[in-house]
Amino acid sequence: MPLTDLANPSRFLSLANRAIPWLGGVTVIAFAFGLSQVMGAPDDYQQGATVKIMYLHVPAAWLGMMAWAVMSAGALGTLVWRHPLADVAAKAAAPIGASFALLCLVTGSLWGRPEWGTYWVWDARLTSELVLFLLYLAVIALWRTVEDPSRAARAAAILTLVGAVDLPIIKFSVDWWNTLHQGTSFGLTGSTIYPTMLIPLLIMAVAFTLLFVTLHLAAMRNEILRRRVRTMRLMQASAVS
Amino acid sequence: MSSLSALLVRDMRIGVRVGGGAIMGVLFFLVVVTMTPFAIGPDLALLKRIGPAILWLAALLASLLALDRLFAADHEDGSLDLLLMSRAPLELVVAVKGLAHWLTTGLPLVVAAPLIGLLLNLDPAAQGALVLTLLVGTPSLTFIGLIGAAIAVALRRGGLLLAILVLPLTVPVLIFGVAAANAAMVGPTPFGTPFTILCALTLMSLVIGPFAAAAALRQEME
Repeated sequence: MPLTDLANPSRFLSLANRAIPWLGGVTVIAFAFGLSQVMGAPDDYQQGATVKIMYLHVPAAWLGMMAWAVMSAGALGTLVWRHPLADVAAKAAAPIGASFALLCLVTGSLWGRPEWGTYWVWDARLTSELVLFLLYLAVIALWRTVEDPSRAARAAAILTLVGAVDLPIIKFSVDWWNTLHQGTSFGLTGSTIYPTMLIPLLIMAVAFTLLFVTLHLAAMRNEILRRRVRTMRLMQASAVS
Repeated sequence: MSSLSALLVRDMRIGVRVGGGAIMGVLFFLVVVTMTPFAIGPDLALLKRIGPAILWLAALLASLLALDRLFAADHEDGSLDLLLMSRAPLELVVAVKGLAHWLTTGLPLVVAAPLIGLLLNLDPAAQGALVLTLLVGTPSLTFIGLIGAAIAVALRRGGLLLAILVLPLTVPVLIFGVAAANAAMVGPTPFGTPFTILCALTLMSLVIGPFAAAAALRQEME
């Protein structure tokens, strides 16, 4: 189905209504399987069981960045193609992305306390992730300030595209600077993580992605309904007067 | 070209005349720097060590201060509509307005920095480095701020939102500005390393700022 077919909100709603229960079910199964794999994964020889925080931390970090990428795609859709659902997608992704970024920061500091001896260091990776979280809050604040959705959408789209500069900074911060945060251990060229730990991590990443897709679709559905309610209220108000 | 230079002269006149924000920025800068020793105590050695950071933070806040009037004042009296309709490209118009804003609010901060640095016990070498970083870095703050000012142009709570939108984007400038000033004072990295990155950040924002701000203005005024 081409993307233009989904431009009709009613068609999108019926698709979303059919997809969300299935996606939710698959997400639960993926999490159950992923967590059982995590429980079965070996402890680290240095960190002990603390290493298991990684299975939440790393996928949350990935999804935190992916949500901004989704928002950037939505921003392009709003500004360039004027796709009617692009701004709905961008708006719906912001709180979810903020939650993933916060989850990444919280799990990271819970892990950092026993392993680094501190909850927080002002290291390049941590700082850029915190800036990403602040940018999410800024975008949400902007959405909540402008009353008219289509005007808010265009303003938020520009901020989103400017803020996208932070994504490569987060990704490469561990390579560009000498940071306390460990460097890249997983990439296209291979992995320095042992398979018994890598496979549960990848399953958890799939589960997180499914969770994101489910929540995003549900949030988009809610946003469309919220806009309909708004329009109906405006029509009702103008009909009374 | 003459319309752009006319705009530059107009904006600078508005900036320095009654009701403009040019002098306010420097006063705010002075007040913030004066308040810090009250908060952390008059320990001269400590002030010397964190002096560049205080001056940079004060400069960042001071340059934020006047930003919300940058487009909003033009929006209220209707001259923004004329600017949008003018034959000059909007990106250049925005860049000229940014330049005028920097000349009236950013440059005074750079000029005042050595004097205010004396209050923080900075030695002459550190002062020179600090002024250089501010001279290179403050245009970047202004041009990043342009984006926020353009997005918040028609909002009632524009000023507050502006700070939330702009401050996260200025983090790299702050980091490398303070890093360069500290490198000149205590090392161990050579001054040039963070300073060239600061220059790069400024050049980037000089390009991105006008384009994003012009796009925002076009969308807002549609």
